[in-house]
Amino acid sequence: MFTKFHEWYKNRHDYARAWREQNDGEVVGCFCSYVPEELIYAAGLLPVRVLGSHEPQDVTEPHIFGMFCPFCRDVLAQGLKGRYNYLKGIVLAQSCLHLRQAFTSWRNHVPADFAHYIYFPNKVQTKHAYSYYHGELVKFRKALEEWIGRAISDDSIKAAAELYNENRRLMREVYELRKAANPPLTGLEAMIMVASSYFVDKKDHNAELKRILPELKSRTLERETGGRLMIVGSENDDTEFVQMVESVGATVVVDDHCTGSRYFWNATEFSGDVMQDIANRYIDRPPCPTKDWEERSRFPHVLQLAREYNVDGVILIQQKFCDPHECDMVPLKELLNNNDLPTLFLEFDVTVPVGQFRIRVEAFLEMLGVEELF
Amino acid sequence: MSEYRSEPLKCWPRAKELRLKYYQDYQKARERGGIRWTGGAWSFDAIPAGLGRDVYNITGEPYAASIAFDRKLSTECLEAAEAKGWARDLCSYMRNYWGSMYLGKYAFGGEYPDPDFCFQDHICCSHAKWYQHVAEYKKIPYFCIDVSVGPYKDVDENRLMFVVNQMHEAIEWLEKTTGRKYQDELLIEAVENETRSTATWAEVCCLNMNKPAPLDEKTMYSLYVHGTLAKHSKDVADFYEELRDEVKYRIDNHIAAVPNEQCRLMSDTQPPWGFLKIFRYLEGYGAISVGSLYTFGLIGIWETKPDGSWGPRPTPMQKGEKITTRDQALRVLADWNLSKPEWQHFYDPNLKTEMMLQIVKQWQLDGVMLHLNRGCEGLSCGIMENRLGIAKAGVPVMTFEGNMGDEREFDEKRVVTRIDSFMETLGIKMLGKPAGIG
Ligand code: SF4
Ligand code: SF4
Repeated sequence: MFTKFHEWYKNRHDYARAWREQNDGEVVGCFCSYVPEELIYAAGLLPVRVLGSHEPQDVTEPHIFGMFCPFCRDVLAQGLKGRYNYLKGIVLAQSCLHLRQAFTSWRNHVPADFAHYIYFPNKVQTKHAYSYYHGELVKFRKALEEWIGRAISDDSIKAAAELYNENRRLMREVYELRKAANPPLTGLEAMIMVASSYFVDKKDHNAELKRILPELKSRTLERETGGRLMIVGSENDDTEFVQMVESVGATVVVDDHCTGSRYFWNATEFSGDVMQDIANRYIDRPPCPTKDWEERSRFPHVLQLAREYNVDGVILIQQKFCDPHECDMVPLKELLNNNDLPTLFLEFDVTVPVGQFRIRVEAFLEMLGVEELF
Repeated sequence: MSEYRSEPLKCWPRAKELRLKYYQDYQKARERGGIRWTGGAWSFDAIPAGLGRDVYNITGEPYAASIAFDRKLSTECLEAAEAKGWARDLCSYMRNYWGSMYLGKYAFGGEYPDPDFCFQDHICCSHAKWYQHVAEYKKIPYFCIDVSVGPYKDVDENRLMFVVNQMHEAIEWLEKTTGRKYQDELLIEAVENETRSTATWAEVCCLNMNKPAPLDEKTMYSLYVHGTLAKHSKDVADFYEELRDEVKYRIDNHIAAVPNEQCRLMSDTQPPWGFLKIFRYLEGYGAISVGSLYTFGLIGIWETKPDGSWGPRPTPMQKGEKITTRDQALRVLADWNLSKPEWQHFYDPNLKTEMMLQIVKQWQLDGVMLHLNRGCEGLSCGIMENRLGIAKAGVPVMTFEGNMGDEREFDEKRVVTRIDSFMETLGIKMLGKPAGIG
């Protein structure tokens, strides 16, 4: 049922190249899930996320010092190796220092006609962030207009925002089904659904979501659900890992990742000024830890997800050296444990030691008493 | 080989006294009915100054550097932070600071003195998170200002006002938190002092263009530190003027920092505080580090002059501008700080490379030593691109790995070997017995 998503995820570059041919438009690489893709889409361009390929590499060594996270290095490696050579533009919305370097080194060494750094506010908890970000979005729109050589109308921005909202709503509908005692989809399928949405035209993605949803609602999986797990932490599109977890008596039912639920959780609410509405949406979305202060507003959100999805335990994954998440891990673990949610902490590198992690996941599931379910 | 006269700085005792007074004032603030707060070295300390003349702060980075300098205490602190589960690769200043807080030990004797509130600003990912944890652990209020609005060359009204608006919000918050009435005259005075101290520090750094250099970087660390403690204070501004005059005197009287100067270098990022002796080792080669973008621009405020050279940014007072209102003071403060050299590379490593190359040119340097500092993600951000940029410009550059605040990540022998081969590349021979290292 999820074959199409799988195909898109696997053949992301072929899809982008074909899209370019068919739509006579350019493809723009987005760094970080905070990039306001709606505006890029409204300009008649295809925004795609730049993600790593989970292969060992050494091309980034001269560019990013080894103390920065493997994800940002993997992302840059894609550029240096020419894997995204169809991109005509790249955009960063102010991210952690790690990913930011993937963008700045890319800008220095990989040819692109358009490179834009959006100074997204780090403090989203101040009321001033809304008007400030509105101003920055206006600049971004102008930069896009200059690049493509024509104006982007408010109507097309509204239409793009609606299309994106539809995608968010549909993906949430799918997530909703995971609340069931026996979810009709695996965590791996959900991960691939979300990750593929990064790479394809939302029109195509929505059509496919609409196609599978009725069927999905009545789908029964030929497998035991086992332990209901949540995954929380740094960027993660490591399908091999989730596949392993789900092969040892568990199902991932929900997540809090920038490449997962956080990407699509909240919708743009329309009030009249579409640019302000989009700005508000990004300020109000479930935050990345690097933007979550002074209050830890992310924590109640994570806890609520765990409760709503009736989670038995939480796997905390951490990209090695990822400071934003490292700064949240200790209090987050404490919070979850204090709320009777056992946790398993795993540190990720570009490739994960699946065998070693399997033993730890099995021990964790045993501790959760999961084997009694069979 | 030229041999210069060298002698200690006359204002050295004053520098020591000022620093000690700073830490003691903080410790004793409560006894005197005053307020104490904590935040980063880059926090807008001029803002809480408007709460009264009895407001004292402790800034996290220099405090943590003092811990790191005491290797035994530092190990205890780092281990205390690790025991709580924090990752070993987090900012080593933050871990030293947290460790001292957990152990309840003050690096200057006695118990860790609890602050009344945290007041911070944010440009590095660890900034806001550092004091978020302090505030939680100590159960005290916390306010943090986001300054990551892009490089100064692109600052416009929207970007400036985002910072200024948060500053206004901070003042309301301070009044509410402390129950005190805010005094705009004190803010204005503090802003004037801050512009004076940070521009004067830049003046001091400029004097080091002289050959032989009147100051070496190791000494500068003990001097720039005042700007990281209380850049808004009159004492610091006055002290920097006194220092500037003495450095001028040294130049006039041919007093050098290193008597056998034959090679001029600059470093980058914070040094490994437990191993400052590497600078002594360099002296064996007659090599002197005359500064760095870090020592010049961490607190020093600079501008590019019409002829393209780099020099101290003129203060509002020097430009004949009178600050009369709160809003004006905050605008000046925001604008002044956004031009801080060490804030530019957070958005683009090329901006840092350009500044470094300018320093190489103006300070007539022979090479650059980049400390790949595992302890600081903020200042190491983009550092490999700087290496590429500097090398591309034909300037000899070496790197060495280390950690400003975690000696477990510093391999002394390896670094010395790298220095030796760098000197060989530069064609510099050891002049005398190397200062005890290795
Ligand atoms: S950790 Fe945060 S800032 Fe960094 S890539 Fe993920 S969402 Fe973006
Ligand atoms: S990592 Fe560096 S810039 Fe960031 S808080 Fe620590 S010392 Fe400061």
